[in-house]
Amino acid sequence: MIEMKDVHKAFGANKVLLGVDFELKDATVHALMGENGAGKSTLMKILSGVHTYDQGSIIRDGTEVKYSNLKDAEKAGIVFIHQELNIWPELTVLENLFIGNEHTKFGLLDNKLMRRKAEAVFERLKFNINLNRRAGDCSVGQQQMIEIAKALMMDTKVLIMDEPTAALTDREIDVLFDIIRSLKESGVSIVYISHRMEEISKISDEITVLRDGRSVLYSRTEETNYNEIVRAMVGRDLDDQFPERSHDLSDDVVLTVRQLENKAHPVRDINFDLHRGEILGFAGLMGAGRTEVMRTLFGVDPGAKEIEVEGKRVKIDKPSDAIGHGFGFITENRKSEGLILDFSLVDNMTMPSMQSFSKGGFMKQKDEDDFSDLMIKRMNIKSEKQSIVGALSGGNQQKVVIGKWIGSQPKILILDEPTRGIDVGAKREIYHLINELTERGVSILLISSEMPEVIGLSDQVAVMQEGRLRGILDKSRINQENIMTLATGGQLDE
Amino acid sequence: MNSKLTLNTMIDRFLPIVGLTLLVVVITIMNQQFLSPDNLLNLLRQVSINGLIAFGMTFVILTGGIDLSVGSILAFSSAMTALIITSGVDPIFAMLLGSVVGLVAGAVNGLLVTAGGMAPFIATLATMTIYRGATLVVTDGNPITGLGDSLLFQLFGKGYFFGIPVPAVTMLITFVILYIILNKTVFGRETYAIGGNETAAALSGIKVNRRKIMIYALSGLMSAIAGIILASRLDSAQPTAGETYELDAIAAVVLGGTSLMGGKGRIVGTLIGVLIIGVLNNGLNLVGVSSFYQQIIKGLVIVVAVLIDRKNK
Repeated sequence: MIEMKDVHKAFGANKVLLGVDFELKDATVHALMGENGAGKSTLMKILSGVHTYDQGSIIRDGTEVKYSNLKDAEKAGIVFIHQELNIWPELTVLENLFIGNEHTKFGLLDNKLMRRKAEAVFERLKFNINLNRRAGDCSVGQQQMIEIAKALMMDTKVLIMDEPTAALTDREIDVLFDIIRSLKESGVSIVYISHRMEEISKISDEITVLRDGRSVLYSRTEETNYNEIVRAMVGRDLDDQFPERSHDLSDDVVLTVRQLENKAHPVRDINFDLHRGEILGFAGLMGAGRTEVMRTLFGVDPGAKEIEVEGKRVKIDKPSDAIGHGFGFITENRKSEGLILDFSLVDNMTMPSMQSFSKGGFMKQKDEDDFSDLMIKRMNIKSEKQSIVGALSGGNQQKVVIGKWIGSQPKILILDEPTRGIDVGAKREIYHLINELTERGVSILLISSEMPEVIGLSDQVAVMQEGRLRGILDKSRINQENIMTLATGGQLDE
Repeated sequence: MNSKLTLNTMIDRFLPIVGLTLLVVVITIMNQQFLSPDNLLNLLRQVSINGLIAFGMTFVILTGGIDLSVGSILAFSSAMTALIITSGVDPIFAMLLGSVVGLVAGAVNGLLVTAGGMAPFIATLATMTIYRGATLVVTDGNPITGLGDSLLFQLFGKGYFFGIPVPAVTMLITFVILYIILNKTVFGRETYAIGGNETAAALSGIKVNRRKIMIYALSGLMSAIAGIILASRLDSAQPTAGETYELDAIAAVVLGGTSLMGGKGRIVGTLIGVLIIGVLNNGLNLVGVSSFYQQIIKGLVIVVAVLIDRKNK
């Protein structure tokens, strides 16, 4: 058993943990929950030796321990599998498994021994994988198994998993859960960080919720419920997650797309209209081509298309053309496509609209500052305008991305997975923000893989399957069943 | 840039200036002559050529690129300027044309990097040889002399402006202009943005390729101006001028704390880096260190500076 008692941690003036108690029993799956920035990652980084703590203690089976680095913690059997997987894509599965811990014989790699050990571990995991495969060619689910196998190779007692299912398919999630259960049976404790409530109730035995650097709830999973957890996370009751909308479509068509086709991806024959103030959801399974439609529309990917904006034919060959015609694009990957992580919040906020924040080529710093202050206030961003964006939590980063596109005053805003990897409270804030934008006449194209989100927000839903648009559902016909039917290639009864 | 000054960034910013001060103190203790006005003015003139090149290089490195062809562009532009002068064209006009040659040579680098999709290191490694070869072709491998007595042309490399060498004045004016461009304009912000995250920059509507071409052209222009100064000072254009100048320029940028990965760095740092290298060259000569040892010391300074910088991160 591991007890973390009254743990404090500050980074400079930024106090992240203000007295956290966390108790991890042996052979238990313990869910660690909390909004982004609540301190989950910091706490787990302390447990796994990445960070030291300022105050408090860690007691393991009755004796106080202190891990001063990652190797220390690993030796003690504590392994952290991060959300961003640690995979060398150019190396094989086998090479990845033993990286840094290669077995040798007379100074040469002992591949036979390593292969034997690897096979044994995957057997234990009941998971089939080709050890000679390039890791980069494996699916995210398989890559995750590689990481788990790597951890098991080291006689792991405590396995910390950060959002392990974020990129997995339903089938892969089932496999993962089976593995977690069998690990538990063999005596391993698992700390499971996730925002997905249904997973937590399915897999965890105990729950600890953090809020603003303090532990606010510790309970057995079966003795608590959804509402109690959410209340603990956000510090208040959660009224309706989605804002009230009238869902009446305006007659005013802002955007018509005809015969859109992506050159690199088999996306073809895409036709749809977007009305003023409408939220048009795009649903479909992974790989259905939704992102590719948006990338073609925005001029990122090459392709053919006929586009009219407010009744006028326009040509979009590159993102700057799209921005010029009033488009904004909140991409699915905020770190690699949305933000410049080394830039301050202000500098990110004005990126797509430097023309309007400058005069004669010179930046108007005061305007930039005023705009950033406004956005920080309006979106409840917990940061200063001069902070480096890379240091913010996911939810706050996403708000910066949204803010930057609000600043460009778009007529048509494309949102690709706008709430991926962010917590319940921030999600709700973003939903309301989206609604507010539509009330001011902005039209939205919304891609989301979370069914409740598409259903809860959209006025109409376009469903894609294998690169084609299978149908557009109006409000009365939007439901999970209809969406899944179309998304899997079925027909709706008329 | 509008970012907060944390303790680390403060240290980052002051390290180069602390290093420079330390160097000056040590050298002055060994030879008081170093701080004499005459020597300081001399020093300023000595650093001006590397300074101009390094300023252009700073922009290129901020985008995550590199320009190895600067020395060759310097030689080619100065040879072209000299040829145009000797063909009887007005020297002022010749200087302008020479600058345009550098600008175009730089823009070609930019085209290779953007439209050609080549890695900047490879593209400019190739043009380094091409431009050097072109210089040898147009000069037939011989220095071009007899550049006339046009006052303005002569002043450009040899003159004084209120007691300050004109090349130093040129460098300082250029520095101020480029400082403003980098820190106060859209162009500057876009330069950082491209180096910080090219994909995000493009998706935000920044015309990445166009900017890059302009930045390589700027680097070419800086090299050309340096080349014309050199031609004026030597009263001739040397076909081998500027060899290995790219190394001093890159060293100055790195000493100034700019990241070779792009996106992070400051042109003020580059100015300090240029001065560090200048003080080393000038000071070690004054103190009487043999040129063999000078090279070792210069290399060691770079190693130590980067090591301290690393430690701090």
